[in-house]
Amino acid sequence: MALENPNTVSPKDRDDAPWQHDKKKGELEHIGKPIRKVDARSKVSGLTQFADDLTMPRMLHMKLLRSTMAHAELAHIDTSKAAALPGVKGILTGKDMPTPFGILPVSQDEHALCPDHVRFVGDPIVAIAATEEETAWDACRLVEVDYRELRTIGSIQEAAANDEPRLHDYGVRGNVHRLENLEFGDLEDGFKRADHIREDTFWFEGNTHLPMEQHASLAHFDKDGKLTIWSSTQTPHYLHRALARVLHPLPANRIRVIATPNGGGFGGKSDPFNHEICAAKMSMLTGRPVKVALTREEVFWCHRGRHPVLMRSKIGVSKTGRITALDFHSFLDGGAYGSYGTASTFYTGALQTVTYAVENYHFRGARFFTNKAPCGPKRGHGTVQPRFAMEVQLDKVACDLNIDPAKLRLDNLAPRESVTANYLRIGSMGLAACIEKVVEGSGWNERRGKKEVTKEGRIRGLGIACSSYLSGAGLPIYWNGMPHSGVQLQLDRSGLCTVFCGSTDIGQGSDSVLGWIVGEVLGINPLDIKVVTADTDLTPVDLGSYSSRVTVMTGNAAMQAAERARDIVAKGVAKKLEIPAVRVVFAEGRVFDAEDPDTGMTFQEAVGVAEAQVGTIGTVGSYTPPKSAAKFRGGGVGPSPSYSYSATVVEVEVDPETGIYSVPKVWMAHDIGRALNAAVAMGQIEGSIYMGLGEAMMEEMAYRDRSHKGKRVFLHKIPSMLEYKSPSALEMPDCVTYVVEEPDKNGPFGAKEVGQGPLLPIMPAVANAVFDAVGVRVDENPISFEKVFAAIQAKNEGKDPRYGPAGDETGIPDVNFGESLKIKTPWQGGDGTAWNEPKRTKKAKK
Amino acid sequence: MLRLPPFTYHTPKNAVDAVRIAKEYGREAMYVAGGTDLYPNMKRRHQTPAQVISLRDVPELHSMEVLEDGRLQIGAMVTLTTLEFYPHLKAHYAGFAHAVREISTPLLRNMGTIGGNLLLDTRCSYYDQSHEWRESIDFCMKSKADAICWVAPGSPRCWAVQSSDSVPIICAMEAEIELAGVDGMRTIKGDDLYQDDGIQYLTKKPEELLTKITLPAPGNWKASYLKLRRRDTYDFPVLGVGACLWFAADGTIEKANVRLGGAGSYAMPATKTEELLVGKKLTDELIAEAGAAAMKPARTMDNTDLDVYWRKKVAPIYVARALKACR
Ligand SMILES: Cc1cc2nc3c(=O)[nH]c(=O)nc-3n(C[C@H](O)[C@H](O)[C@H](O)COP(=O)(O)OP(=O)(O)OC[C@H]3O[C@@H](n4cnc5c(N)ncnc54)[C@H](O)[C@@H]3O)c2cc1C
Ligand code: SF4
Repeated sequence: MALENPNTVSPKDRDDAPWQHDKKKGELEHIGKPIRKVDARSKVSGLTQFADDLTMPRMLHMKLLRSTMAHAELAHIDTSKAAALPGVKGILTGKDMPTPFGILPVSQDEHALCPDHVRFVGDPIVAIAATEEETAWDACRLVEVDYRELRTIGSIQEAAANDEPRLHDYGVRGNVHRLENLEFGDLEDGFKRADHIREDTFWFEGNTHLPMEQHASLAHFDKDGKLTIWSSTQTPHYLHRALARVLHPLPANRIRVIATPNGGGFGGKSDPFNHEICAAKMSMLTGRPVKVALTREEVFWCHRGRHPVLMRSKIGVSKTGRITALDFHSFLDGGAYGSYGTASTFYTGALQTVTYAVENYHFRGARFFTNKAPCGPKRGHGTVQPRFAMEVQLDKVACDLNIDPAKLRLDNLAPRESVTANYLRIGSMGLAACIEKVVEGSGWNERRGKKEVTKEGRIRGLGIACSSYLSGAGLPIYWNGMPHSGVQLQLDRSGLCTVFCGSTDIGQGSDSVLGWIVGEVLGINPLDIKVVTADTDLTPVDLGSYSSRVTVMTGNAAMQAAERARDIVAKGVAKKLEIPAVRVVFAEGRVFDAEDPDTGMTFQEAVGVAEAQVGTIGTVGSYTPPKSAAKFRGGGVGPSPSYSYSATVVEVEVDPETGIYSVPKVWMAHDIGRALNAAVAMGQIEGSIYMGLGEAMMEEMAYRDRSHKGKRVFLHKIPSMLEYKSPSALEMPDCVTYVVEEPDKNGPFGAKEVGQGPLLPIMPAVANAVFDAVGVRVDENPISFEKVFAAIQAKNEGKDPRYGPAGDETGIPDVNFGESLKIKTPWQGGDGTAWNEPKRTKKAKK
Repeated sequence: MLRLPPFTYHTPKNAVDAVRIAKEYGREAMYVAGGTDLYPNMKRRHQTPAQVISLRDVPELHSMEVLEDGRLQIGAMVTLTTLEFYPHLKAHYAGFAHAVREISTPLLRNMGTIGGNLLLDTRCSYYDQSHEWRESIDFCMKSKADAICWVAPGSPRCWAVQSSDSVPIICAMEAEIELAGVDGMRTIKGDDLYQDDGIQYLTKKPEELLTKITLPAPGNWKASYLKLRRRDTYDFPVLGVGACLWFAADGTIEKANVRLGGAGSYAMPATKTEELLVGKKLTDELIAEAGAAAMKPARTMDNTDLDVYWRKKVAPIYVARALKACR
């Protein structure tokens, strides 16, 4: 059946769209040009000051004593010996900061220091500040902690089977944190109409961000009663809120959070962290500046990385491969705390429909608490694992039906300007162009399935996969009606333009985005603009650098502020030149008459002219995403102003004797809407390829699980840069990158996201390429050598040529998801509400 | 990881002084060459020598020369980078040169020495961890005598893994090792420097100084080294096959040494493989058979990277490939 979607609209008349913004100017001046980043030279010359580079007079160093047990109650903590050590200036324990916190309002389940219950090896118990870091470390060794061991919950299966002991006293029940059950359309009918149905089980092991910069913070509570904290955080605004909560009664307006440049974040610095709160409290206690710099091992304890997810997917397709029904289950191992986990759970079911039109869709998701470092958002947040499942499963479907996997995807594309089964509003959609690019570039049609043998005896294979990602979450993390991003702009008679914004540059270039956009609107050199960001005292709120939201959201806010400033100056200049304001053009550092370009003045003079007329010039801009089409409970996760698209072809060379393989080449096309700077965009794409290959080939948060004399030892297997295997430059393949531009009306100049999306298709494409080469399926990520070898052995022995989790009760935990929320799809005449949802009482807005 | 603990740094100007200082301080003292193994270990508090004796200023350890009989003598302090780019090595000791190139990264080879590589501490994923991590498992036998071995809890010994890339091929080539002690010099065969114990992995006395390594003169033999690891840089070997075959004029194998690194606490001989090879020609069939015989001695344990069973299963394949490289 052809998919008829009444919500499909013809592409909007794009003449009034933002990327066309000033037609008088003709060509864009800065947007799209490979200009260097505003902070590039400081970065490459090593002059950028990261948090760990900061020092202050009389500064103390703080260390945290962390739990050595995976799960225990704290019977007694004795810090007296530590306190007696010369050089020790302050000691904090859980009772000093009893208020819990957490990134999401629904899971305020962390403490700056555990008061009475530790939930993983690495949970902090005591903070000690001393004049020297070594002294603080030595003092930690003198603390005596009496643990009362509790049974360890080490996996999804253990959590599902054991309600006691509970890690937390909230959640669904026992150690089940969340259960979601959403049904869109008529599954039964969808499967009935399918010509082919298959069910597969997948496992995606957890992995971590591994930023080069280890987290560090410096806190200073000054004599005027004001607290300042410099910290390597992606979300100064959320840290500000967490500090205000835990340090109550210190009012929020006396707390200043400055996010230092992040040496990589990838989602790992998006939560407020215990060490940050401890440093602040310690400074209040001692009256001295307090620095904390985490070790690499501690960064592994902070984690918040990729959730391990077990997935069961049942798909129904027509003879030609059109998806009639998808029934998807995900089981997430959340680790010890909530973190972003509620959102992560929804994300495992959200974006499948945004790449391919799914007629009927049922999603069930469960998240569990286990005694591991807490999981959270990592690049591609929650959508990476189901994308792996979906793209590998589609490859199998293509194989079953003997259809070219690239064609199968092209035939199933979700239409642009449409609303999906789960009420996500798609704007621009360039996936077809992406697929075509990588198919052509890789020689897909000629080279796929050829099993070419290299001179080392390795077999070549090609694999394809696609993906989509959001350009920022449509809803904020805490419920409020305020903008997601704010910008203030100040023009000075010196010609200086200063942009103030709460956004945080984590290396992705968000400071530069502000410069490029404002520079374009005002016709001035972006490198002349002063960008002030990520300082809660100086800059208006931006929610933070997560969920690929910054370019679209701060970009739109910056554009609004710049356009307002342009209007003020234009009016002033128009008056002076005695021409209508609409004729005033801003370009090349000048402000002039469109009809007589020689009549005009420098930008600096223009600002002076306007300032003389209206007084000091300052404007503001803000951005709030469009309202979501989804009105059911749970519909808040997934909506976004726009969706980016990626397609990749990966080439592998597999040694059939050992299962060892390499990835010599990757083709990646990404629909970014509009590249504000193609060079920087390609950096993000190639970075995603690199990170994706790490996940595909080797990275995993593996745990040691041993017992000895009744004591269970359960902790991260090897938290080190050497042994947490991540690719080196040698493993980085040749990349062919295509930037596809299908402008979206919600983006500044049509821009969409690029920071996360291109990571997603890499892992399934590697799995599919391995299949193309040696005919075996690895339904588990990472696709490590051992697994390829085991699958090849199974094949050689005539068994199922597959490595992966069992699909029966031995592999899938028995979870009662309860009744589903039933939502009619748009093409069934639905309105975005669930017809069986109990009426929700309206909560008062904060 | 922490910063280095405090220590006294000695810079003797000759081997005799170095040995004297080492003897004087006994267990408190350790030599340092490039420091790429020792310093990280000190930062993890595996070793905390109060006296660190630098070998940098001992000139006789920096020499490298081809002896009159054609043997190559390498000073212990010669860096891996120097060796890597030494044309004579590439021309006449291709297998060994390859092993050197496989060690870690260019940066570490710039600092790391051949002597330090031969004496590299054994490794184990329960041991090469931060102090805090090891606190959580209550340590293990290699750092605390009364603790258990987590790899084999019932075992009275430590199974930490021989992880140097040069050791298997040095032993296979029957290179000679020169040691300076309080009573003067002695020379031993490579194999005799090591023993099958993860803690006491060396036979030499603590104060004995490794001064020179002597490689056999080029001749009717060929050696190879093949390394298994996850990434082609940084990573220590989880299996390192060192092979050396001596051929008669007609291609018959007269003598065969095959050593497995990364598969036990010392470079283990694959005895059965060696026996199968001697007296025969290196045909494809023989390679396959000799390789298969290496499955048994490959004593992989679950204390390195990569799956323990997989490592055992690919050991024969790697042995076969190493033998092929001796053609
Ligand atoms: C990230 C990383 C990766 C690595 N990867 C590899 C690898 O792939 N393969 C590999 O083989 N090694 C590897 N290494 C280990 C190490 O870098 C090398 O083995 C190096 O050759 C050691 O030499 P060194 O001079 O630095 O030794 P040092 O650290 O100076 O010394 C090592 C030991 O030998 C003793 N010693 C040194 N010289 C003498 C001497 N002349 N006489 C007596 N005792 C002496 C020292 O007391 C110490 O116990 C790696 C190390 C790191 C940190
Ligand atoms: S083999 Fe056993 S004793 Fe030796 S380092 Fe490993 S765990 Fe410790």
